Amino acid sequence: MIKTQIKTTCPYCGVGCGIIATVDDPAGHQVSIQGDPEHPANFGKLCSKGAALSDTVSLENRLLYPEVSGKRCDWDTALDAVADGLTRIIRDYGPDAVAFYVSGQLLTEDYYVANKLMKGFIGSANIDTNSRLCMSSAVAGYKRAFGADAVPGNYEDLELADLIVLTGSNTAWCHPVIFQRIRKAREKNPSLKIVVIDPRRTATCDSADLHLAVKPGMDGLLFNGLLSFLAQTGALDKVYIDAHTEGFDSALVSAMASAGTIADVAEGCGLTAADVEQFFNWFAGTRNVVTVYSQGINQSGSGSDKCNAIINCHLATGKIGQPGMGPFSFTGQPNAMGGREVGGLANTLAAHMELDNPEQVDLVGRFWGSDRVAARPGLKAVELFDAIYDGSVKAVWIIATNPVVTLPNADKIKAALKQCELVIVSDCIEATDTMDLAHIKLPALGWSEKDGTVTNMERRISRQRPLFQASGMAKPDWWIICQVATRMGYREAFNYRTSADIFREHAALSGFENDDSGLVRDFNISSFAGIKQEQFDQLQPVQWPVTDNAPDGTARLFGDGQFYTVSKKAQFIAIQPRPPVNAPNRQYPFTLNTGRLRDQWHTMTRTGLSARLNAHKPEPFVEIHPADAAEYKLKTQDLAVLESRWGSMIARVVTTDSQQPGSVFVPMHWTAQLSSRGRIGALVNPVVDPCSGQPESKQTPVAIARYPAKWYGMILSRSPLMITGIEYVVKIKGNGFSRYELADSTQPHHWRQWLETIRSKPVENNDWLEYSDPELGAYRSALVIDNRLDCCLFVSSTPVLPEPAWLATLFSQETLSRAERLRLLSGLPPMGGEDCGRIVCSCFNVGEKSIAKAVKTFGLNNVEEIGQRLSAGTGCGSCIPELKKYLSQNAAADRA
Amino acid sequence: MKLKLVVIGNGMAGMRTVESLIESAPDLYDITVFGAEPYGNYNRILLTPVLYGEKRVDDIMIHDFAWYHKHGITLYCGPDKTVVDVDREKQIVIARDGTQAYYDKLLIATGSVPLILPIPGRDADGVMSFREIADVEAMIEKSETRQHAVVLGGGLLGIEAANGLQQRGMNVTVVNRAGHLLNRQLDDQAGAMLKKQLESKGLSFKLGCTINNIIAVEGHISQVELSDGSVLQADLLIMATGILPNMMLARRIGLDCEQGIVVDDSLRTSDPAIYSVGECVQHRGELFGLVAPVYEQAKVCAQHLAHKKAPVYQSLQPATRLKVTGIDLFSAGDFAGEAGAEQIVFIDPALNIYKKLIIKNSLIAGVLLYGDTADSAWYLDLLKNKIDISPLRDGLIFGQTPLSVAA
Repeated sequence: MIKTQIKTTCPYCGVGCGIIATVDDPAGHQVSIQGDPEHPANFGKLCSKGAALSDTVSLENRLLYPEVSGKRCDWDTALDAVADGLTRIIRDYGPDAVAFYVSGQLLTEDYYVANKLMKGFIGSANIDTNSRLCMSSAVAGYKRAFGADAVPGNYEDLELADLIVLTGSNTAWCHPVIFQRIRKAREKNPSLKIVVIDPRRTATCDSADLHLAVKPGMDGLLFNGLLSFLAQTGALDKVYIDAHTEGFDSALVSAMASAGTIADVAEGCGLTAADVEQFFNWFAGTRNVVTVYSQGINQSGSGSDKCNAIINCHLATGKIGQPGMGPFSFTGQPNAMGGREVGGLANTLAAHMELDNPEQVDLVGRFWGSDRVAARPGLKAVELFDAIYDGSVKAVWIIATNPVVTLPNADKIKAALKQCELVIVSDCIEATDTMDLAHIKLPALGWSEKDGTVTNMERRISRQRPLFQASGMAKPDWWIICQVATRMGYREAFNYRTSADIFREHAALSGFENDDSGLVRDFNISSFAGIKQEQFDQLQPVQWPVTDNAPDGTARLFGDGQFYTVSKKAQFIAIQPRPPVNAPNRQYPFTLNTGRLRDQWHTMTRTGLSARLNAHKPEPFVEIHPADAAEYKLKTQDLAVLESRWGSMIARVVTTDSQQPGSVFVPMHWTAQLSSRGRIGALVNPVVDPCSGQPESKQTPVAIARYPAKWYGMILSRSPLMITGIEYVVKIKGNGFSRYELADSTQPHHWRQWLETIRSKPVENNDWLEYSDPELGAYRSALVIDNRLDCCLFVSSTPVLPEPAWLATLFSQETLSRAERLRLLSGLPPMGGEDCGRIVCSCFNVGEKSIAKAVKTFGLNNVEEIGQRLSAGTGCGSCIPELKKYLSQNAAADRA
Repeated sequence: MKLKLVVIGNGMAGMRTVESLIESAPDLYDITVFGAEPYGNYNRILLTPVLYGEKRVDDIMIHDFAWYHKHGITLYCGPDKTVVDVDREKQIVIARDGTQAYYDKLLIATGSVPLILPIPGRDADGVMSFREIADVEAMIEKSETRQHAVVLGGGLLGIEAANGLQQRGMNVTVVNRAGHLLNRQLDDQAGAMLKKQLESKGLSFKLGCTINNIIAVEGHISQVELSDGSVLQADLLIMATGILPNMMLARRIGLDCEQGIVVDDSLRTSDPAIYSVGECVQHRGELFGLVAPVYEQAKVCAQHLAHKKAPVYQSLQPATRLKVTGIDLFSAGDFAGEAGAEQIVFIDPALNIYKKLIIKNSLIAGVLLYGDTADSAWYLDLLKNKIDISPLRDGLIFGQTPLSVAA
């Protein structure tokens, strides 16, 4: 049988890697995933998450049927309920009493119709997106500077640069394939310098020539300092400033006032003057500079200003618009950019047009055939949920996102949805913290079934193509939205047969009156306004604008020094740097930073299904500097309670000097589905940037204290468990089992009885192995059914429990040998057996003990040799920093 | 002119001493041995496999007659050669048939005798102990013609006898006063596992009771009446309720005896010319019934007899094994665990495995292994050498740590 090979696009970060999917078994949802060597984003490479996509496309945890009020129903019933509910609330309270909260996970076509329905026909701009949390500050920065939300450059510029500044970006983990391209570029061009600006010493710093561990939130001051320095040292491009920009003088005045000397900058940023000067000299002395910025810049109460502080420096030196240079915002989601293009943010209209521009409102109204197009901005995410909380928004349709986990002050979001009159949730996942609060549940297609387009962070439009037929009763999001629109009375405007129909209309709108007769708009893909279905199906990755003048797309913008402002000149923005809004104090002495992990994606609804992606960092954790840890009597592996004014959580302690004193870091991924107390969103302060509305997710004052656990436990179980009444529970997906990490301050009376009660299936066969050492508070037991390991529990009074790697392998065995049974409760393999240790390389499942052994046995000296021997590090490459760290520690130990 | 050594008792303790002595001082003594059984020195522990039929008498000989000859040892053996008296003044040993031997040094290694409880009817034919080759031969003979056997005593010897008779085709019931089997070697948990496992092999048990009366027909045992009122058919009754140090001779000739023949740390009795080893002795208040400590006594005693740098005998932790096919058990030290002692326990009921370590002050104070004794030597080593187990504690009960972990 010839297996179908399908080219599609990865659904994770904004890099937008091309994938070749080989469908092995269409009915069984079996697929093999490879990088697409021809895709210009990744040229065949994939990161650990992309490579593990095949683990996440099963029907496990899929929402397959519509439900209204907890009852399964047919589509007509569900769609009528949605349409009737929205229509009734709009009738009684007006269009602003309803809202959509959508997502950068949507395809452009889904996004387009959602936006069209809300802004064009309901007549409110109350549609916002989770991209608000991710890059709305970058949008604001681009728009203020360029008059349009336009990314100037592309990935190739990173390879053509001689200096790459990565600020607020853990590229190695969050955009691993781009990081690999940077690493490769440096191999080819040894003079390429890399500067990382980040309060944390992240895996990205591993490749840095200079790491500036800036004081949290002070990047604006640093770039203002750079602008001052450029002026003081004669490094300005005065010709460019004069010809193509406006507002330089006031920007420089602000820069000089706040950051006039290197000493001031160093002091304010918590850096050494020498390091600051080094960075400034490199920037001043290098023509080809790309400054990459991401969530560390955007997720801030002054994120928009930070973006402009960066852009100011590029404009002041003319480092923009040519190959190898430019300010480059990295986005987090696969289609954050597509959402920006259709106008998915509450403060934009459509096709890069603006709500506060009456001509553009009119233009869109004429194009859509609607006289009620929203004419003023709607509520941005945080405001939107505040309005739900206070009752002014009475119905919300949440599509493909999980705000109960991800928004700041997340417990309030949960409370808001609990009291909301009508909560509609469309998703492909059955159990999420948000779906749990839905009155109406609508099953959407998953990535492997979707059919449409996404845009990556270099403006490149790529196709996502279906690998499988729709599962259960799941439908495309665009179909669901159009059906509701039809039932609300807008049949004519939403009468699409395929996603290509929508793409065509989207393309037509982008070109509609987009010429010198009015204000020329950057976003223009009018070449596709007549695209045929088969052309759409064959669409090759292409960078917008795609017009008659540029039918093959456009690699770079602004090469001619022409911008999209009225004056066609770029705008300097005068920046007064501001520290984070909420400063640490005596009660909350630490600054909490949040971010992504290498192997997880958002709220783990998909990556949480892949055993291999849950081996690297399996639990919510808090990184803290060793000196702080010592002061608060915290050790690695302890559990700590973190608390802010807004909420609290429990996390595993990791002490590391990559964290600066006074700061702690917690990953953002864990939900109530997978952890009892792991939702970091509950703590994050609901402070937003006044310009972009983006939350300040990177800086919240928190307190930390050791969690007074009486016992720590770990369970591996083949069947799911109903664990209630235990304070700390984290569920981790394994291969053929689920793992639970547990702790509490009180102890069940009888361990085995407790274990029997949390098993949903009754125990028929009483084959229990038990171990106890009460003096140490140790208890372990295993349930074996038909000589197959079913479940095992490890309890200790200390947080040190066995590494589960070997135990995990027993779940894939049909029988246990006597030797394995005898060692089972030790957690360590019998003599001669191999314990590979904690997984470091997720691509090839290589553990730290295997690496240690190979390094020792074969005298391996570098990452390449490890790769040749074990394949570790040769897949996505994102474990290379960890391998290097191990090698250097090992070498240090050898010298000692 | 060589010194003269006389040994009373041709068993494992005495001959082990002689063997060590020959090794370290081959020409020091003329040696004469008196034994009451008509054999060379055999391994009494292996009587059990002889009962099963796994081994023959020849197979369990440690020293056959040729060995005595080769080493110039005079052996007087058989019931007639039972020593009946010692003239300590003249330093002469006298056997039942009048055989005499002069000694410079005398070694008493008379072992133990079975404890026969004073149960009415105990003189009936078919009531016997399980101690000597003759007993085994009689048991085998009974098993060929009779059906029902009762074993009184659920200790090591009783269980081995019961298992052997069952293998020989008899219906066997073990009667034990204590509530669980091997109560000197196992705790109740392990005892219960052993009982279950032996029941699955076909043995029956009456625990927590004893025999009140033996009923004979025509002089031969036919039934036993138990303390719980029940009556069992019995064609054969094995008394396996324990052993007593055999100190009749020693007491008669005036050596200090208490529970056994009192010896000092060099295994010497109250008479400086007379040594004693084995199950007949009492050392620092302790009696012996297992081979390991007895062999250690033999080694120490031989050194003293050889006038070598004299080691001091230290009582070893007793360690136990049961010789029943498919059942491994091992216990040493204070396996029951005094109040306040820490216990580490592992149990796998399906594999019939139970392990318990008693920890005091971070040292192993006792070991009980049932079903898996692979690590017994390691634990015994940790126990004897008083090794701090704190760093090993987490995996201690699972045996020696695999090398791959240390890497």
